[in-house]
Amino acid sequence: MAVSSWRMDVPGLDGKCGQASRAAADLALGQDALLTNAEVTQANFPLPAVQNLDHFGKKVEDLVKPDHGTTTLGFIFKNGVIIAVDSRASQGSYVSSQTVKKVIEINPYLLGTMAGGAADCAFWQRNLGMQCRMFELKNKKRITVCAASKMLANTMYSYKGMGLSMGSMVAGWDPSGPAIYYVDSDGQRTKGTIFSVGSGSLYAYGVLDQGYKWDMDIETAVELGQRAIYHAQFRDAVSGGTCSVYHITQSGWVKLRGNNHYDLHYQYYPDGHATSANSVI
Amino acid sequence: MEYVMGIKGKGFAMVCTSATAVQQIITMKHDEDKILPLGTHSLLATSGEPGDRVQFSEFVAANVRLYALRNGSKLSTKAIANFSRGELATALRKGPKSTNLLVAGYDKGKGASLYFLDYLATMHDMNIAGYGYGSWFVLSMYDRMWHPDLTEAEALEMMRLGIEEVKNRLVVASPTYTIKIVDEAGIRTVTV
Repeated sequence: MAVSSWRMDVPGLDGKCGQASRAAADLALGQDALLTNAEVTQANFPLPAVQNLDHFGKKVEDLVKPDHGTTTLGFIFKNGVIIAVDSRASQGSYVSSQTVKKVIEINPYLLGTMAGGAADCAFWQRNLGMQCRMFELKNKKRITVCAASKMLANTMYSYKGMGLSMGSMVAGWDPSGPAIYYVDSDGQRTKGTIFSVGSGSLYAYGVLDQGYKWDMDIETAVELGQRAIYHAQFRDAVSGGTCSVYHITQSGWVKLRGNNHYDLHYQYYPDGHATSANSVI
Repeated sequence: MEYVMGIKGKGFAMVCTSATAVQQIITMKHDEDKILPLGTHSLLATSGEPGDRVQFSEFVAANVRLYALRNGSKLSTKAIANFSRGELATALRKGPKSTNLLVAGYDKGKGASLYFLDYLATMHDMNIAGYGYGSWFVLSMYDRMWHPDLTEAEALEMMRLGIEEVKNRLVVASPTYTIKIVDEAGIRTVTV
């Protein structure tokens, strides 16, 4: 095979690799950016000036891909469903946003939460929103939580092993009552009453399991959700920003809280956090 | 950690699975039913990767039902096992389904049967069978206890002892389990 007809399957990498981006690549990727432009094979388009294109591509992806270091939770109780989430997005140790909306409002009765790869979550949850609307138009009735979550799970399953990263809760109210389904990018889908997803989920579970009671009033439940997220934000470095709390009943969802987690901290512990740090002096 | 055990006795088969849904180190659920009924007289006990497990067992259940609707007669337990084995064998060479199954059933005239089907499409007709770390402890125990005239009460006691052993010896044992029985009367869930 002639070298000049040599092609590679590198969608998305067929742009120019200018001086500025070379410098950036050198900085960020170190020894991967070793070759000069002259050494790069004669492809039909300018390739990035690196030795191992696949490896480079993966590293660039990891560098740029915003990941949700995340805490999300949802639970069902006597007076409906509570969904609470944080709002921080990170790329490695860099906090790339403090104001991410991790709850997608699919329709007035359905919410989806996002944890994992930001783009994967945002894209496929919007896609789910579209599928749910199509269902509504075709069947002249609202989709059930069971069916909506299954559509998302089927989408995830069809892309299994192809690198998607998503952990989601689909929660809502339908004719059969309140429901929460956990769906992830492995294709797992399961119904439940208490779920927490994301890097901070272990911390959230701790607070949630300790405070959960079936017959709480709404105010207690909202406070429990907020408190669990707050404590996860406190312990988990990649969870933070704000804490949003939603409540779902038979008349649909309402957003009840949206507080900055520093404000929550000084509201809960005006004199400092006794259990986590003692004064050195 | 996932645990599946099955026992074939005289006129019945009994299967038991852990009832936990796990994500990394978190137990997300304590009442996950991993034993699917296939029609009135067969059970499919499942373990394996969560996505694959549900997708594959629902696929088998749907095809068993489709066959009954189309032909007006039900598949025997052996036929279900052979169909599942075929599908697993096909899947094995194109992105395998990580699903391990026990097919338990009762057929008129033939009695009870228990089939072992792993993700590599191995199929065996067994008296006792199991999957998971827990099964290493329990299989030997059942080898010791099993006999051809095993009654339902004896099998239930075996299941109880198996669960007890796993909880006692296995670091990563599940706290909750599901047990189902299939016999001439059909399928029922039992608690120990």
